[in-house]
Amino acid sequence: MHLQKGMTMAELYIHIPFCVRKCLYCDFLSFPAGDDVKEKYVEALCEEIMCIGEERCRASLSSVFIGGGTPSILPAENIERIMKCVKDCFMMDEDAEITIECNPGTVDEDKFRRYRECGINRISFGLQSADDEELKRLGRIHTYSDFETGYKIAVSAGFTNINVDLMSDIPGQTVSSWEKTIRTVCMLDPAPAHISAYSLIVEEETPFGEMQKEGKLDIPDEDTDREMYHMTSKVLSEYGYSRYEISNYAKPGFECRHNTGYWTGVPYYAAGLDASSYYDHCRYMNTDDMDSYMREPAAGPFLIEKLGTEELMSEFMILGLRMIRGVSREEFKKRFSVELDEVYGDRIRKFISEGLLEESVMPDSRIFLTERGLDLANHVMQAFI
Amino acid sequence: MDKSLIRNFCIVAHIDHGKSTLADRIIEKTGLLTAREMQEQVLDNMDLERERGITIKSQAVRTVYKAADGKEYIFNLIDTPGHVDFNYEVSRSLAACDGAILVVDAAQGVEAQTLANVYLALDHNLDVFPVINKIDLPSAEPQRVKDEIEDVIGIEAQDAPLISAKNGIGIDEVLEAVVNRIPAPSGDENAPLSALIFDSLYDSYKGVIVFVRVMNGTVKKGTRIKMMATGASEEVVEVGYFGAGRFIPCDELSAGMVGYITASIKTLSETEVGDTVTDADNPCSEPLPGYKKVQPVVYCGVYPADSAKYEDLKEALEKLQLNDASLFYEPETSLALGFGFRCGFLGLLHLDIIQERLEREYDLDLVTTAPSVVYKIYKTDGSVIDLTNPSNLPDPSEIEHMEEPIVNAEIMVTKDFVGSIMELCQQRRGRYISMEYIEAGRALIKYELPLNEIIYDFFDALKSRSRGYASFDYDLKGYEKSTLVKLDILINKEQVDALSFIVHSDSAYERGRKMCEKLKDEIPRHLFEIPIQACVGGRVIARETVKAMRKDVLAKCYGGDITRKKKLLEKQKEGKKRMRQVGSVEIPQSAFMSVLKLDDDN
Repeated sequence: MHLQKGMTMAELYIHIPFCVRKCLYCDFLSFPAGDDVKEKYVEALCEEIMCIGEERCRASLSSVFIGGGTPSILPAENIERIMKCVKDCFMMDEDAEITIECNPGTVDEDKFRRYRECGINRISFGLQSADDEELKRLGRIHTYSDFETGYKIAVSAGFTNINVDLMSDIPGQTVSSWEKTIRTVCMLDPAPAHISAYSLIVEEETPFGEMQKEGKLDIPDEDTDREMYHMTSKVLSEYGYSRYEISNYAKPGFECRHNTGYWTGVPYYAAGLDASSYYDHCRYMNTDDMDSYMREPAAGPFLIEKLGTEELMSEFMILGLRMIRGVSREEFKKRFSVELDEVYGDRIRKFISEGLLEESVMPDSRIFLTERGLDLANHVMQAFI
Repeated sequence: MDKSLIRNFCIVAHIDHGKSTLADRIIEKTGLLTAREMQEQVLDNMDLERERGITIKSQAVRTVYKAADGKEYIFNLIDTPGHVDFNYEVSRSLAACDGAILVVDAAQGVEAQTLANVYLALDHNLDVFPVINKIDLPSAEPQRVKDEIEDVIGIEAQDAPLISAKNGIGIDEVLEAVVNRIPAPSGDENAPLSALIFDSLYDSYKGVIVFVRVMNGTVKKGTRIKMMATGASEEVVEVGYFGAGRFIPCDELSAGMVGYITASIKTLSETEVGDTVTDADNPCSEPLPGYKKVQPVVYCGVYPADSAKYEDLKEALEKLQLNDASLFYEPETSLALGFGFRCGFLGLLHLDIIQERLEREYDLDLVTTAPSVVYKIYKTDGSVIDLTNPSNLPDPSEIEHMEEPIVNAEIMVTKDFVGSIMELCQQRRGRYISMEYIEAGRALIKYELPLNEIIYDFFDALKSRSRGYASFDYDLKGYEKSTLVKLDILINKEQVDALSFIVHSDSAYERGRKMCEKLKDEIPRHLFEIPIQACVGGRVIARETVKAMRKDVLAKCYGGDITRKKKLLEKQKEGKKRMRQVGSVEIPQSAFMSVLKLDDDN
């Protein structure tokens, strides 16, 4: 049975913590593992999904996102099994967006065909760069041509909603090599519907973090970073993409529904090791210990925080402002039964006068970050915490 | 009490020559404590002291020693600090003693502070006998050191006990020497009471505990005592002596004895160290000699990092002053740092120690301003002011001339480093006085140096230029006329009072440039560009710019990140809250401290 759009929505995230090899910048929970571990993990995952489905009374899902790690590293039948389990345990929106993350070098025709058959309708490729030298520096396992091959098979398998992840601020990267990466990807035929382009974040507990501590990481400086960022939006708009979030760009109608949910307060369930979920105004997190997860996959997540009205308002602002369209006064009033300006008016006026926020009236009354506000988003967001 | 069975003595030494360790062994050997009860260093009961390996606060301990002659002697061992900053504390302690053990390291020999301390002891008419410590070191040269003691200090040393305090070698010999070579106290127990205050301690139960050496007369519970300098008068609640780390009450203290008095004294200001305690009803005619008010030589502003903690800081300073008579403080206000205190210290080490104690024992976060010496300002109207805070410098048109304190510095160093040490002294505006070779290979260099040249990083520079071998001692010589200017720092065109300081006109440019460079690294980027300028008399002599912030954004924030990213924003926000607002610029606390440590790129 399918539900009509507009009813209470929820999303589902499924975490696959496996990859061929850790990239040098990656701080997600993922690691290489043998087939038997993967098999067992999928079994545990299905048990957890079943349990969530039961608990949430077969809630209806507007999107599913299979992320990682590298989910495409799993044999296709594992993904089929997971998808069957999801469909058995939840109701699905008619046009639910179902994404799987794939890394070049881990996919083939058979996988893509079977993904489509089991209902997956969106592919997210982790490419990062069109420059093989840069890929090597990131510790990626593939070349640009590996990606091109994978991309073509995905297209020929019938996928029309494809995202490509790109990364700026790569060690040794220049403004022109970054521009070349963007243009190369935009000129793929057909061009991807969606592009995520984000600056490298150096996390402490990664090889890059270590290198930075030792002063051995040669990443572009703040000024170059901004030059790249501003150029990204300009070049992508030439090819018909609009920026709809700080680091996300899409052709009209192809904005990622799942991620938009994160920024607009849609509840999401999550299955898998270390997976985070949010529902009933609470943020939860699963164990990050593989053994305990496998032993008791349905143990349920830990409560991380319970959001009161004040926190909900704060999240409404700091997550909502990540979106280029910003936050809606009407939506705020509808959710919290109080005028936005009654709560945050002073700050909003200050930032508008400083040129960091802007407001629009039509079609609805919204507050959003200016171009400069996007560069200094943290500075603005801090005021709403 | 039979005075002939009392020995009041102290141990003097250069830092690290093993004074506290010897004290421990004496206490252990005299059987007051079992070996199991012994902490590593019984006399140093503050954590801080143990960590730094130095003794900050004089303390006394009474032990009982059964000598070779079969009699039991009372030993009052008074521990004294070894650092030049604490010379006055040393002198108060010495005045309470009749003799001193001089500890000299068998490898290092006589050092600058060995000399300073032994002269101080001789000034107080103490009988001094030397012991050679660390004789078990492979590099020990006891005979050379004995000769050196005789040559340099001029006291007999051939029969000095050869010991290892660390390994308990030769301690019995030291104990016998205490009995035989240190005189018993003199004094008349029936004369009017006179007792020297050599230390004091604040205890939350007993109030102020006054440490005294009774010179004449007797004091007991109920005696109405009077402090001769302050005039305070109280009835004695308890008298007693010092067990290791505790107070042991007794019936009375009479002439020759060392002990403590409590008299429900609430503030230490009534019991100044060096003052004489007498009987209010039967006073002695004259106070004991040697009392002086301690004069701080280094001042700096001390502010709570969180301005809401002002009262806590005030309370902590009050309490610390109870235990440290040489600490001076008075309230002051800074535009940049808010409400705080101008504190006076005996020297830089003293400043360091107080700051650390405030932070550690009282759990305070502090911001301190650059240390300053006391300048004398001769004004055109004929008046003279002592300037302890650079911000209070009068307008140049009102100043006739200025004077700065000069010290006599003695540096002892092996001959390989003589050249670089002299170069350093020259750079620091030193005036060469003399140099003599104490013995083959080691020289004693004498310089006159402006105090303000040694309060920043002189010690560090000295150590690095001599690979740690130079030892340094100084005392105040007096004031000299000097060309001094006030260096002001402007951040975003606003003067930051807490960063102003007085400097010799020749060094102004150099120091101004270094400060601007340092501040540029310390001040975070803001939404706008921030000029940092160093000015003398309104003229800009150096400038740096903190560029406007261009990026402050988290590229990614997905479902799994939200809690973590929120925490990151909170942390950023918290960091800003802890900064000091000067005009529209937020300055981190660390910026105020960083300018204290301007690297001397040799």
